[in-house]
Amino acid sequence: MSAAQTLAQKLVARAAGRAHVQPGEIVSCTVDLAMFHDSSGPRRLAPMLAELGAEIWDKRKVVLVIDHYVPAADEESLRIVRLARDWAREQALPHVHDGQGICHVVVPQAGHLRPGMFCVGGDSHSPTGGAFGAYMFGIGATEMLGVVTTGEIWLKVPQTVFMHWIGRLADGVSAKDMMLAMIGRFGMNGGQYQAVEFCGEAVAALSMAERMTLCNMSAELGAQVGLVAPDATTQAWLREAGVEVSDDEVAGWHGDEHAPGVRHAFDASTLAPQVALPHSPANVRGVDDLEPTKIDVAYIGACTGAKLDDLRAAARVLAGYRIAAGVQLLVAPASVRDREAAQREGVLQVLLDAGATLLPSACGACAGYGGAIPEGSTVISSTARNFKGRMGADSARVYLGSPYTVAASAVHGRIADPRELLP
Amino acid sequence: MNAGLRHRAWRLGADIDTDQLAPGRQMKHGLDVIAQHCLEGVRPGFAAGVRPGDVIVAGPNFGIGSSREQAASVLVHLGIAAVIAPSYGGLYFRNAFNVGLLLLTCPQAGDVADGETLAVDARAGRIVRANGEVLACEPIPGFLLDMVEAGGLLPQLKARFARTGARDTETP
Repeated sequence: MSAAQTLAQKLVARAAGRAHVQPGEIVSCTVDLAMFHDSSGPRRLAPMLAELGAEIWDKRKVVLVIDHYVPAADEESLRIVRLARDWAREQALPHVHDGQGICHVVVPQAGHLRPGMFCVGGDSHSPTGGAFGAYMFGIGATEMLGVVTTGEIWLKVPQTVFMHWIGRLADGVSAKDMMLAMIGRFGMNGGQYQAVEFCGEAVAALSMAERMTLCNMSAELGAQVGLVAPDATTQAWLREAGVEVSDDEVAGWHGDEHAPGVRHAFDASTLAPQVALPHSPANVRGVDDLEPTKIDVAYIGACTGAKLDDLRAAARVLAGYRIAAGVQLLVAPASVRDREAAQREGVLQVLLDAGATLLPSACGACAGYGGAIPEGSTVISSTARNFKGRMGADSARVYLGSPYTVAASAVHGRIADPRELLP
Repeated sequence: MNAGLRHRAWRLGADIDTDQLAPGRQMKHGLDVIAQHCLEGVRPGFAAGVRPGDVIVAGPNFGIGSSREQAASVLVHLGIAAVIAPSYGGLYFRNAFNVGLLLLTCPQAGDVADGETLAVDARAGRIVRANGEVLACEPIPGFLLDMVEAGGLLPQLKARFARTGARDTETP
């Protein structure tokens, strides 16, 4: 059979040990990497593994990242983190990243991902790995138990939805704005658990961190995976992470011409900064179409919105400004590596000079931990979700925007268009 | 599931997300605590009023959001027999069957009223209303029905490891 296949089909076919798979068919796939964190991992897996009397199928293919309950805010959190550490030691897991940052950023930075891999993660933002041309999706703890005991998982081969972005983004407009625009247009289940492939000139021009933002928020689009076909940008970034990828490999992980799929076109050059209003990432408007909205907290954090490029974006807006009186600007870099790079570049200093408060590199307020978001407050955040109560305060009103928009809003004390502040 | 059973329906709206089912703030606790807060934001009194055998009938996109499977197992814990909705978050769909929660994809779920009693036949893919009207559901792959009838993936894995005493491949 020589029917044209999408990148998603090719990735699934390889994992299923097949030359060709058809969208809609159910296949069994061999897993190359299983990632989980302190919340979804050991505390759920350890008792079930003991109950089964089963062993981990291949410890080299397992990565544990402790990122949710650190720093431990209370006794319960401390208990969860201790359990994760003790279990990792007992199991002699070779890949443990403790307090190094958020799993979706730490995993590629530690060199665990390469194009062509088939991976699962115990977290809904696992599609972030698709930025590297890997098929990576989120699963729950019980299904993770199935994976870590058998090394396999079932999959319904997805259709592919192509999001084709022509043109180039204007300065101050970013991958986050592209993603909010797509979620606003198609809704939170618009992806219907299919594969989304981001492509076109605007996507090719994005940095790896920006591509990660696109793939990360495939979760909010309701897709199973978000993919960007690898290229020279991927190769260069992975080389920095200690992963060599050959030209042939890069060329191999691309969809065929005339592969089946649904195609949507967008123009990056006319895109304005986008904001999602409370309480849904799909409740999206252009930043200039908002009523004047005063804010109390500006939050730059999470795997979605606090990678090095996100911190750089915020610093470009904030350079030479102070945040408005009465506003809190909270910055939780996505990983220790990103924070250290930001420090070396002087980016961190710009943020601090503008009045930012630095928080630990962990999931933090994005997942409702740490108590950083006061009840009753209005928040603009670079994170992925603004469900009611998501950030830990039921009565908070959370708006989502790019790091540029969050930074500009901190300066003005109200949600603002960052393009006016950029030099 | 016995087609003759009567299931009382709790009617919910669209886009019920995983934070409404299992609030992030409660995630450090066990299921019994999370269960007390299940749906408290959209349907106060749900956790206190739900009875074993009840069903949830919701709008589209039920279970969108997080991978936390407590958002599904909390409903099993509370005795919910099935969720009936026109569509689900894909990750939630997998999690539900893995923890033994039956999800029926029913385009006409919106016709059902709050408090109505229903008969549910998962294998046949049909729901019968008190007035005799039949609501068709999308077919569910047999291996997923087997999983939910076994009580989820864990009991299935237990049976497999007890049988083989060794690793086995997972075949759908």
